[in-house]
Amino acid sequence: MYRYDDIDQHIVAERVAQFRDQTRRFLAGQLLEDDFKPLRLQNGLYVQKHAPMLRVAVPYGMLSSAQVRMFAHIARKYDRGYGHFSTRQNIQFNWPKLAEVPDILADLAKVEMHAIQTSGNCIRNITTDHLAGVSPDEIVNPLVWTEVLRQWSTFHPEFAFLPRKFKIAVSGATEDRAAIQLHDIGLQAARNTQGEVGFKVYVGGGMGRTPVIGKVIREFLPWQHVLTYLEAVLRVYNRYGRRDNLYKARIKILVKERTMAVYRDEVDAEWASLVDGPGTLTRDVVDGIAARFTSPAYRALPKDDSELKTYLDADGAFARWHGRNVHAHKVPGYAAVTLSLKRPGVPPGDVTDVQLEAIAELVDRYSFGELRVTHEQNVVLPDVEQRELHALWREAKALGLATPNIGLITNIIACPGGDFCSLANAVSIPVALAIDERFQNLDYVHDIGELDLNISGCMNSCGHHHIGHIGILGVDKNGEEWYQISIGGAQGNNASLGKVIGPSFARADVPDVVEKLIEHYLEHRDSPEERFIDVVQRIGIEPFKRHVYGDSDKKQAHRARQLATT
Amino acid sequence: MATLIKNKRIAPDSWQLLKPAAEGGLPDVPVTGDWLVPLAIWSEQRTQLSQRSGRNGVWLENTEDPRLLALDFDKLALIAVRFPKFTDGRGYSIARLLRRLGWKGELRAVGDVLRDQLFYMTRCGFDAFALREDQDAQAALTAFSDFSAPYQPAIDDGVRLGTVRAESKTAINTLSPW
Ligand code: HEM
Ligand code: SF4
Repeated sequence: MYRYDDIDQHIVAERVAQFRDQTRRFLAGQLLEDDFKPLRLQNGLYVQKHAPMLRVAVPYGMLSSAQVRMFAHIARKYDRGYGHFSTRQNIQFNWPKLAEVPDILADLAKVEMHAIQTSGNCIRNITTDHLAGVSPDEIVNPLVWTEVLRQWSTFHPEFAFLPRKFKIAVSGATEDRAAIQLHDIGLQAARNTQGEVGFKVYVGGGMGRTPVIGKVIREFLPWQHVLTYLEAVLRVYNRYGRRDNLYKARIKILVKERTMAVYRDEVDAEWASLVDGPGTLTRDVVDGIAARFTSPAYRALPKDDSELKTYLDADGAFARWHGRNVHAHKVPGYAAVTLSLKRPGVPPGDVTDVQLEAIAELVDRYSFGELRVTHEQNVVLPDVEQRELHALWREAKALGLATPNIGLITNIIACPGGDFCSLANAVSIPVALAIDERFQNLDYVHDIGELDLNISGCMNSCGHHHIGHIGILGVDKNGEEWYQISIGGAQGNNASLGKVIGPSFARADVPDVVEKLIEHYLEHRDSPEERFIDVVQRIGIEPFKRHVYGDSDKKQAHRARQLATT
Repeated sequence: MATLIKNKRIAPDSWQLLKPAAEGGLPDVPVTGDWLVPLAIWSEQRTQLSQRSGRNGVWLENTEDPRLLALDFDKLALIAVRFPKFTDGRGYSIARLLRRLGWKGELRAVGDVLRDQLFYMTRCGFDAFALREDQDAQAALTAFSDFSAPYQPAIDDGVRLGTVRAESKTAINTLSPW
């Protein structure tokens, strides 16, 4: 866990004072609506359907138990008793009052937190692998590097008014769990043949209405140069990124319009003036930041705990949970555990104040007081002793946080959608709940195996539908809610974008369609090891399409029905 | 008239802004007085303008290339960058580039220049601000001290990321960035 020093603490305190003054001027009519809007957005404050929405930064998804308790306090005192973990490792509160937001920020500052740059056309919260620092497949621990980037990007004076928002993600493991190829900049930490640390740099990825998989702009960037290189990437974007059309303003469009080769040349030309300059990192600086991280006081334990084996043999439900929600750890005798925030009847990512308190308690007792937020809207206890897994499971189960569904169809990612978001074409949460309800047979769900199902309420793709194995997108047809379904999307090292299977469906039909897709998969898989996504990649989307829409007669009937209702 | 803040104080302004004529032609620049002219006029009339008795300044649109002025720095007393909207951040990069090119004189932000951006603008190299007309200049002066210690290096200081950081070590450090 990174601990603030005086400078960090001072900066957040000054931010609270600055925003308090801006809010006061706005409420007193001294600051125009249009002039205030970008300022509040850079403090994570949207104005949504019902009320403002406040997005609090969780830098690289890491939280202390004290911070989790503060969320519970905020949910109780300023909101309606709950918060919402987002796909960008942040937490959102849906019902704060504008006049109280400065007080919320002051409360957050007490536990080394803020809402800086969680929205607006600036460099957003840096995200990373939720298993950073603990996963055995790690090449380089990305945590210190994400903190370096956090400090560099916080209040960066030149990049606060970019053409559009800018998202950076970092991965340090062989398996990319941070969707780095779907960010404006993705950094893959690596080592060269001498074992020195550096980064493979991807640029121009992103979802939204024009989804693009990021491309490699530089194969290996030695760590010393990461900030100057990013400065060059951003400066070229800031000067030449499109500002005439909101939908063409992301860096992905600039890279596409110029081609990667031309864009790379421009970045290199700019970088030539910066390389080895004052922005160059030194070992002292990085070590200084690393020293501010506390690290868990791990005990020396045997690699495999014998008690755990006994429990696994004796208790099928526990074994099932262990199979899905427990992850390997690089320190012998430890494991990382996902507490699922997905369970019947609850919107994905929502947590109540009571649950937050309970999670903080578990975090203190089982995981050195530290928690991670995942981009799949769950939370992870990163450092649990194997011999305590069974006890933890029992407690988590009592709290409704032990649904054994990580990686499975019911671990749905869904954006807030039409229930909360003013940009929505359609609701997302009720669709997620309906699908979840359809897949309540655990044996069946486990038999289906790994499957990412993601739902967005509009093309902005906050729910990552493009990279869902099954993606569901809310579309508007003459004022009615319809859903377009795509298959074949994937996150990770082989990220790909899903393909739409055909005309969209009414809300009530969505669970049936999902069920049909699954049926078809189960019929065609070679073995239980072959996942849904593997089958889609092997046989293509056509057979799925035919199975869903039936023969051409049925397809026409579907069309006719659709036309009749639109 | 927009109030001018220069070197963090309200200052008198001797400069006049020359706008292109309505028909798109280039108006004549008076011989006397301090005139701030568009880049197009400067490029066209650089020699004549340098012989005026008054001082010369150039204002850049944020789409114009600051390198076009690099050879003329010794002929100019002021460079301004226009912000068409405060949310259009290109001017920040232009300012940094002008400073990197070696411009040491007054660098002025003109146009949609608001109090809440002064801190960032200063860090990018601006030292003068012609505030939008509705701005309270006196109140705006406090904006320079919004933050006391920036994180990252910029134009205004020798800040290095994390310079002032140290201390604390724990038993098994799994957190090595190396
Ligand atoms: C309810 C308020 C929200 C609003 C108004 C909103 C607005 C937007 C907009 C306009 C975009 C498209 C930006 C672009 O393509 O340039 C976007 C993208 C995105 N948002 Fe949201 N969003 C909201 C909530 C959320 C939530 C709750 C999450 C997390 C669960 C989220 C995560 C994302 C992600 C991951 C993207 C895709 C980024 C990309 O294009 O690469 N947003 N959002
Ligand atoms: S995807 Fe669309 S509906 Fe969903 S939260 Fe984002 S903007 Fe709102």
